[in-house]
Amino acid sequence: MLGRGFASAYLGFVVLLPLAAIVWKSTENGADGFWRAISSPSAVASLKLSLVASLVVVAVNAVAGTLVAWVLVRDSFRGKAFVNALIDLPFALPTIVAGLTLLALYGPRGPLGVNIAYTRTAVVAALLFVTLPFVVRSVQPVLMELDREMEEAAASLGARSPTIFRHIVLPNLAPAILSGCALAFARSVGEFGSVVLISGNIPFQTEVASVHIFSLVESDAPSAAAAVSVVLLFVSLVTLMSFDALRRWRFSGGR
Amino acid sequence: MAARLGLRFAALGYLALLLMFPVGLVFWRTFEHGIGPVIAAATTPEALHALWLTLLIAFIAVPLNTIFGVIAALVIVRQNFKGKGVLNRIIDLPFALSPVVIGLALYLVYARTGWLGGWLVDHGIDVIFALPGMVLATIFVSLPFVVRETIPVLREVGIDQEEAAWTLGASPLGTFFRITLPAIRWGVTYGVVLTTARAIGEFGAVSIVSGSIAGRTSTLTLHVQDRFNSFDLTGAYTASVELALIALITLVLMTFLRRERSGGHSHSPGDQIVR
Repeated sequence: MLGRGFASAYLGFVVLLPLAAIVWKSTENGADGFWRAISSPSAVASLKLSLVASLVVVAVNAVAGTLVAWVLVRDSFRGKAFVNALIDLPFALPTIVAGLTLLALYGPRGPLGVNIAYTRTAVVAALLFVTLPFVVRSVQPVLMELDREMEEAAASLGARSPTIFRHIVLPNLAPAILSGCALAFARSVGEFGSVVLISGNIPFQTEVASVHIFSLVESDAPSAAAAVSVVLLFVSLVTLMSFDALRRWRFSGGR
Repeated sequence: MAARLGLRFAALGYLALLLMFPVGLVFWRTFEHGIGPVIAAATTPEALHALWLTLLIAFIAVPLNTIFGVIAALVIVRQNFKGKGVLNRIIDLPFALSPVVIGLALYLVYARTGWLGGWLVDHGIDVIFALPGMVLATIFVSLPFVVRETIPVLREVGIDQEEAAWTLGASPLGTFFRITLPAIRWGVTYGVVLTTARAIGEFGAVSIVSGSIAGRTSTLTLHVQDRFNSFDLTGAYTASVELALIALITLVLMTFLRRERSGGHSHSPGDQIVR
């Protein structure tokens, strides 16, 4: 009873009170003010960029993450344990450092001669960096537990590898891939630190939603910032809910 | 065989271009001109203060979240009550929220014009642009880790031993410290490692509530941005390398703890809400 009270009070104080303040502030100038804030051209452009870039990032992650998980589970080579530990690096590395490292390689004066700094490609690259672990770590355990008899049976009946993958492996992995994608999407949509250095934050071009909110706060427009935040908050909630639904599907025989 | 090599090449190539080359390059660039400039950049008053402040914030935020995390996990696993599902969901929220939104939310409560800020400032307590706000932001962003890591271990150990202790007359507190805590210690420790890494690396939320005043409210991550914007690349790289070394230590601890805890069962922060 005491524990429950403490946990609820802590959460209420740390998480809920501030979030309530955001919702409250966003409606300070009525529904009109809220609408004006979120439909301003710069707000729309930044939200659109965040959503589209996140969708691109999710699509790349679905393929690349599954591929990496596959190689880590089914293949064996020297240094595999090292590569496996490295997958968690984006979780451990501060986002601002992630941005700086990408800028060092793919920015002006980069050793490869590739310069993507201050472009939308840079935004996508930064988001790919920070979301790398989600799909890999979601798919890996499922792939490890996957019964290989089905694949062997298919192979003995003459099915070729791509066919086996499409008809047997992929359907088994699909829920895990989708879960990882949902997490990666939630992370991408609100990402700030890794994007802020490499994107250049050019309004209407490379300014993502969180950077837009930040600049609204800096130019002393907190209610507009709160309104755009509410949109992001809503996207996060929807993503979390679909993630929850996926999880229930996975553990109720969907897998 | 060719297909297998192709897949391996593609996967490792992707990781190399996205992770290994960029991170490796930053290390190389940092030490390009020897160790002298690095030491100079790491020991400027601003850099030292940023490092100290980063550690101080983690030192306050991590224990608070650990206490909360263990209690919340106990409540969620051992009790049944209305609203438990909601409580569970709210704990995951910080994972899905933009750090900037979190920073703004705290700003709206604690700034002079905010809900509690006026009263606090009148009583001489500055939260925004000061340490308390930065601690609150760090607590918010790193809140879920200990809870999420403790819950599965707590489920696994069950309550048989605790019941035995009670029957033999042990007090609830005695039971907790002698039986429960030792049984869940690796799970809690793993959560603490993740919390610490997140706390030290936090940038967006702290950036809003701190005002990042160099030498006063600048943490290491804010110091990276400040140095970069002042065209002091050596300073930015040096602070980055300090942070990257902390991240590498975290990785080593994670790998070790994962083995310690569950006998090789694959597990990482990515699937902590998956389970």
